[in-house]
Amino acid sequence: MAMSAKEIETLIKDALPDATVEIQDLAGDGDHYAAVVVSKEFEGKSRVQQHQMVYKALRGQMGGALHALALQTSAPNA
Amino acid sequence: MSEPEVFSAIRSDIENNDVVLFMKGTPVFPQCGFSNTVVQVLTYLGVPFKGVNVLETDELRHGIKEFSDWPTIPQLYVKGEFVGGCDIIREMFENGELREYLAAKGIEAEPAQQ
Repeated sequence: MAMSAKEIETLIKDALPDATVEIQDLAGDGDHYAAVVVSKEFEGKSRVQQHQMVYKALRGQMGGALHALALQTSAPNA
Repeated sequence: MSEPEVFSAIRSDIENNDVVLFMKGTPVFPQCGFSNTVVQVLTYLGVPFKGVNVLETDELRHGIKEFSDWPTIPQLYVKGEFVGGCDIIREMFENGELREYLAAKGIEAEPAQQ
């Protein structure tokens, strides 16, 4: 039931086309990832809202097929 | 559509306690590494909090995710406001933001005595 890093990246970019997405497979098991997502869409949003946008992009996989995704989000530096 | 019954219990917890952590396990026995991380942070900062074990019922385990529109546990509430999950709390703790946030909310945060 694991997801590949590529699948995660694709889902995020579908929802946030301008995003730069860096994904690290933490344990090498296709189940524990860390992602850094930078997107202009995050401007003016709280961290909670930014993470919610990414979770939405993952369409309910978070907490399901995707067991652990450590998230770090930000808007591009001005 | 009427809201799930468990929402009123959640609402009562976050209205009647300044700091509430919805977590897997209890503050003394966290049953998940992510929950444990947040317990450690709050303990380090000396913040009194109520731990709510979401593993106690399925209604709560699923209800809290719906209530907050947040897919994972743990979830931290301060003065009725959802602050974030493990990643956000850790990030805010590491850059000093969490201490400021708690102070601004009037929550006493004292570093643990060495």
